[in-house]
Amino acid sequence: MIRLQPRAMPSKLMGYLAPVIALCLTLLSGLILFALLGVPIGEAFHAFFIEPVSTLYGLSELGVKAAPLILIGVGLSIGFRAQVWNIGAEGQLILGGICGGAVALYFYEVEAWYVLPLMMLAGVIGGMLWAAIPALLKTRFNANEILTSLMLTYVAGLLLSFLVHGALRDPDGYNFPESRLFHDAALLPVIMEGTRLHIGAIVAVFVVVAGWVLLSRTMLGFALKVNGAAPRAGAYAGFGQKRLIWFSLLFTGGLAGLAGLFEVAGPIGQLLPTISPGYGFTAIIVAFLGRLHPVGVLFAGLVMALSYLGGESAQITLNLPVAVTGVFQGLLLFFLLATDVLINFKIVRNVRRQL
Amino acid sequence: MYRKTVLAKKLLAAATGLLLTTFSGILSADDPFKIGFVYVGPVGDHGWTYRHDIGRQAIEAEFGDKVETTFVESVPEGADAERVIRKLASSGHGLIFTTSFGYMNPTVKVAKAFPKVKFEHATGYKRADNVSTYSARFYEGRAVLGTIAGMMTKTNTVGYIASFPIPEVVRGINAFTIAMRKVNPDATVKVVWVNTWYDPGKEADAAKALIDQGVDIVTQHTDSPAPLQVAQERGVMGFGQASDMSAFAPDAQLTSIIDNWDNYYVERARAAMDGSWASEDVWAGIDSGMVDFPEYGAMVPDDVKAAADVIKESIVDGSLHPFQGPIKDQSGKVIAEEGATIDDGTLLGMDFYVEGVQGTLPK
Amino acid sequence: MNETILLAILTIITAATPLVFAAIGELVVEKSGVLNLGVEGMMLVGAVSSFTAVHVTGSASLGVLAGMFAGVMLALIFAFLTLNLQSSQVATGLALTIFGIGVSALIGQPLIGVAYEGLPKVQIPVLSDIPVLGRLFFGHDILVYCSIALVIAVSWFLKRTRAGLILRAVGDSHDAAHALGYPVIRVRYLATLFGGGCAGLAGAYLSMAYAPMWVENMSAGRGWIALALVVFASWQPSRVLFGAYLFGGISILQLHAQASGTINIPSQLMSMLPYLATIIVLVLISRDQGRIRRNAPASIGKAFHPTT
Repeated sequence: MIRLQPRAMPSKLMGYLAPVIALCLTLLSGLILFALLGVPIGEAFHAFFIEPVSTLYGLSELGVKAAPLILIGVGLSIGFRAQVWNIGAEGQLILGGICGGAVALYFYEVEAWYVLPLMMLAGVIGGMLWAAIPALLKTRFNANEILTSLMLTYVAGLLLSFLVHGALRDPDGYNFPESRLFHDAALLPVIMEGTRLHIGAIVAVFVVVAGWVLLSRTMLGFALKVNGAAPRAGAYAGFGQKRLIWFSLLFTGGLAGLAGLFEVAGPIGQLLPTISPGYGFTAIIVAFLGRLHPVGVLFAGLVMALSYLGGESAQITLNLPVAVTGVFQGLLLFFLLATDVLINFKIVRNVRRQL
Repeated sequence: MYRKTVLAKKLLAAATGLLLTTFSGILSADDPFKIGFVYVGPVGDHGWTYRHDIGRQAIEAEFGDKVETTFVESVPEGADAERVIRKLASSGHGLIFTTSFGYMNPTVKVAKAFPKVKFEHATGYKRADNVSTYSARFYEGRAVLGTIAGMMTKTNTVGYIASFPIPEVVRGINAFTIAMRKVNPDATVKVVWVNTWYDPGKEADAAKALIDQGVDIVTQHTDSPAPLQVAQERGVMGFGQASDMSAFAPDAQLTSIIDNWDNYYVERARAAMDGSWASEDVWAGIDSGMVDFPEYGAMVPDDVKAAADVIKESIVDGSLHPFQGPIKDQSGKVIAEEGATIDDGTLLGMDFYVEGVQGTLPK
Repeated sequence: MNETILLAILTIITAATPLVFAAIGELVVEKSGVLNLGVEGMMLVGAVSSFTAVHVTGSASLGVLAGMFAGVMLALIFAFLTLNLQSSQVATGLALTIFGIGVSALIGQPLIGVAYEGLPKVQIPVLSDIPVLGRLFFGHDILVYCSIALVIAVSWFLKRTRAGLILRAVGDSHDAAHALGYPVIRVRYLATLFGGGCAGLAGAYLSMAYAPMWVENMSAGRGWIALALVVFASWQPSRVLFGAYLFGGISILQLHAQASGTINIPSQLMSMLPYLATIIVLVLISRDQGRIRRNAPASIGKAFHPTT
């Protein structure tokens, strides 16, 4: 029998090696999966991991897809450290899109520099307001944020649907449920000509750095970290439990709202009945895959985004059904999560277990 | 990649003459014409996407190895759509069908960047030199269903499970109601909006709620056969949606509207291959076969079948328009005078209920 | 009108039953200190497996068993990853959902267009014929009774049995439980597998009774609602029942309100009601902090490794 023995110190080497091992294991299990399905293995891996990023355009799309995941992931990883279980970032994203989009539509045909900053502000505020509801209900009425934030996600989705079927609908769009296309002044500047890579990607990187500084250099970061382990300790650092709950939710909500605004003002360019393919939920995986560290989140976001792009290209080049790409993505995640064990544990051969 | 396809096409043209006299092996040696499909749901949804995929298969059956089709399923309407469409366009697909309304702006945007690729967008209204739009006049089918419902309801209340308050759905409700009240002026329609295209449980719940409120016929504008199954279980009747659902409810399905894209897809593929493809705006009805019906259910009496057939035939020969006046809205305001019909523009953006529909339209 | 109310209640029972199954299973899992967010994925795999089994064998009981078995298998993956390899429970659960959606769609490809008439209803002569009460209490499918029996059994197990006590002890403080000699990992394994079986059962109910068919993603988010209901219930089994029937009830009543044709509220706002009502009721019943603290498993979501 083999068993796990805790390491005295987390292994730095394994921190870098674990994802590589995970990838090897994924390739191995993929070998079996694709052999069963009769898909040429080389082509399958090429389609999943290489083809999506083999062109400049593909790389830019990786950034487009990863930016919202990273933005929200950084927020969540900080909140999760403080044991604040906000799983409703999706709803906060939607509210950010609604508020920012509403500003864009209000200033329709106003060609001014202030439109975009106002939209961003509205997006952040929208996300924060939506996150403030669970924060208020938690601190004031003790209502568990897992439930409130999740339920509010459904409410947000219906609210968006209600608005694009009514108040925010394109007046010249034959009553179809979508808003006008945003005016140029309300669209995010593209940072790479001919692609959709927008300034949201730069903001995401900036947020990663800011999150890192916050966690490692500030008292607040310290309080967030210790709150998870010992809630009282946070209070000694000058931050009570309630303040941390408020901070975690508003911080994540604001980032999610910004991500929502970036989606509608960036690659989409208008309000639609659905503006996110579940970024708020996927970002939860990203946060943990990144070991709740902003820099880890950056890489995890890119990996996750690649797995989606890979799924699309596998459908196109290999005619694989979307179901297979889901299975493969699940396997990849399992291995990535499982191999983290190597950082904190050594695998040893069990001679005889002593009690 | 695209250049390769052009080359292939030229080779194909050159080879065709040769082909007539020699063996057909030459053709299969050429690269096949690649056709892409973007689906909003999974191909196994029983409804909308399922039928589009049947259309794709019709292309394969017709052209064999002269074509190669690709589909990407469950593509969310939003930022992802543009990337998927662009990937199809840049990987050598000469014709791309984008099969949901929400793909309209991404389709138009990608089409601009790929002027030589042909695009077909379902149910939209934006076109370009290389973007056609197509849709079916499903409301013609709804008029047939309404006629059957009007003749067969005993409680004079018919239930309608609706997805989202978009013009397409509202138009269907109105066409159904107008036709129903022509044969049965006392009958009314109860509408329940479920805010989903696709949630069998919720659709079943809505059917139960309607039946509990006294309707004896259920019709639906959502994808799954769940409402029909409920109708079967409760001993009432209903209509299928998008495909023949009689397997799920043999004693309950009166008939169904079948979305039949097969001919259209085959013809557009042919046009794209032989170079005759041009941008068009197609809104076709029963006469084109795009709006199709299965056999009537065994419980439909002969006089009802005959009446329904008359409606079909008069729509096909043009003597009947489902939105032929007199039509009043719910408040009693006249929308179309006797003899007048509602024009396509108004139909396209329809956002009011006609007389005979209960409740108010959510806006 | 009484008739309509009675019929509405019958619809609510069907809508609530899958939520009860999934939530009561997850409650046991969480009571042992494990948080498995993969309920949605386990439900889907349960749904497709039971439908396949029914389709192939024609036996409803085999269908139910297959659904449970499939749920257990997925839970086994989760248990191995989180309990043996110490992976993050939250992330592994979400990955399990992605995996489950994919696997179920893959298995279900041959089932498109396949029909099944649904689980038979239990009709008891005489009793089923009693007006109102007879129809309220009899004439459901067998799984409805199972769901209620399961809630009672879990409640009894947690409160009254030694094994239940150990499970709660493990969930409250794994270190203390371990020090007392309880097999923490084994208890959590069993609880997680039980939760998987229940989620599979919930899936079986979906594809065999609620809407007897298989379509991809047919759970449509019910696994998430079940997760929320455990929190709503503040980890008390009887409250799971209350929460599921409250949520199901308001979902159905808003459909009835629409069908009555007398309410002029946009349907999107009507569809928000079950979610809003759950939040409001949670706020009302969360006032008593001490009670929640007594019931909430203190070491939920935390990894445990025996230091021997």
